[in-house]
Amino acid sequence: MTAIITVVGVDMVGIIAKVSALLADRGVNILSISQTILEEYFTMMMRVDLSGLKVPRAELNTELDKAGAELGMKITLIHEEVLKAMHRI
Amino acid sequence: MIFTPFEIQETVRMFSMQNLDVRTVTMGISLRDCASSSGSEARRRMYDKITRNAERLVAVAKEIESELGIPIINTRISVTPIALIAEPSGETSYVEYARTLDKAAKAVGVNFLGGFSALVQKGFTTGDRVLLCSIPEALAATDLVCASVNVASTQAGINMDAVRQMGVTIKDLAERTAAAGGVGCAKLVVFANAVEDNPFMAGAFHGTGEAECAINVGLSGPGVIKSALEGMREASFDDVAETIKKTAFKITRMGELVAREASRRLNVPFGIIDLSLAPTPAVGDSVARILQEMGLEHIGAHGSTAALALLNDAVKKGGIMASSHVGGLSGAFIPVTEDEGMVDAVQRGCLSFDKLEAMTCVCSVGLDMIVIPGDTSAATISAVIADEAAIGVTNHKTTAVRLIPAPGKKPGDHVEFGGLLGGGPVMALSALSSEGFIARGGRIPAPIHSFKN
Repeated sequence: MTAIITVVGVDMVGIIAKVSALLADRGVNILSISQTILEEYFTMMMRVDLSGLKVPRAELNTELDKAGAELGMKITLIHEEVLKAMHRI
Repeated sequence: MIFTPFEIQETVRMFSMQNLDVRTVTMGISLRDCASSSGSEARRRMYDKITRNAERLVAVAKEIESELGIPIINTRISVTPIALIAEPSGETSYVEYARTLDKAAKAVGVNFLGGFSALVQKGFTTGDRVLLCSIPEALAATDLVCASVNVASTQAGINMDAVRQMGVTIKDLAERTAAAGGVGCAKLVVFANAVEDNPFMAGAFHGTGEAECAINVGLSGPGVIKSALEGMREASFDDVAETIKKTAFKITRMGELVAREASRRLNVPFGIIDLSLAPTPAVGDSVARILQEMGLEHIGAHGSTAALALLNDAVKKGGIMASSHVGGLSGAFIPVTEDEGMVDAVQRGCLSFDKLEAMTCVCSVGLDMIVIPGDTSAATISAVIADEAAIGVTNHKTTAVRLIPAPGKKPGDHVEFGGLLGGGPVMALSALSSEGFIARGGRIPAPIHSFKN
């Protein structure tokens, strides 16, 4: 089960470190990472595999929200099936 | 599969900034096998069947919301029109049926249950009459039950006896819920050409042509359409229509994913997707603001009907391409109290009742969530219903009326209902009398289906 995590906000030191440590602790494998500046905002996108997730999905969502608040950034997680449905025929 | 940063960012924004959501996952449940010559037996069967079928509905919706990252705002139930189920009991009031439905809805945790309904477009059966008489007490005595009455159809014409009675019913219901501004009327819809698979409240019921149980999903997303049109001020209507279609397509595909997932997890067949632009009182979730984005100073300006016609059609076209089963009402809703931009337009004096009526000729439903003066006569309310039914019947489309005659309120007063129902100013109606017209009764014949010019 693959998902996309996006982290959007003002660039700072330690964003990748914090998010990837959180994911590693919970058994989430990072498949790829890219980062870019999109409309003046730092935007990091991670493609992750959730099949080894060790905590309930709702808990992961809460943890990501919390980490986002600490970093002052917006973190969202979208299932790849949603993107596939909306953007590929 | 690789997605571009733009695609990912566009999707994230739809959910986080433009209020895109699944408005409702509605489980349609047939109660036909619950009918009994004993009312208490029928009600026991209804309660058992609803709670058995919908036991996991709320939990599954929460699971899907969490796993896919798509907000699901409401879970609801629609049932077979209760006039059909209660009739064999021979009881003279169906209020107890409404109480049972309310209890079942609360037991499974859904936030509305629709289907306290009767279809009387051509005439009344004994059960239909009892149901209509029971509506005011039933809706005042329950919290989650919604009622609807179909008074007209293109095939049958308009049942003017039913139209007359609904005016009286709406007044009665408003008086019974006067302390809350007549909010009981927000749970009652009068239809022409009602659809059998509508997942949206208050007009949802599970039609007799439907399966035993089905999952119908209602989408929303006016904010997404408005955002897509931002920056297109110079574009021609060809491009505007194309952009709306493409956006509607994406939204519907998202809804189809949720519907199929819910259907699989609940082991209930997927019914339909209803792609409706259903506004909420939240800023950025308004259909009126889409029309402004098209270049009108405000909704109500000349051009509003044309703009809404384009919007409604483009939404349907995009949605139909995206899902194998599109149904319900699918189009653009123009409720007043539930739409921040509509409320603003009425408060500024930009939007009259008459312009709203004209716009219902091309929107997907009708005169919806409009607060009118408390001293409006039953005959005037019936006459509004007759006008709206005539629009639906003649144009082969669904139309509906959901008016709230707020007791003690005058034009210009503000009435607040709260939550998704919002609130808004009391709108003035014509002061002319329709008494003689409504007193006639009988049926307005079905319109001719040929010689269309």
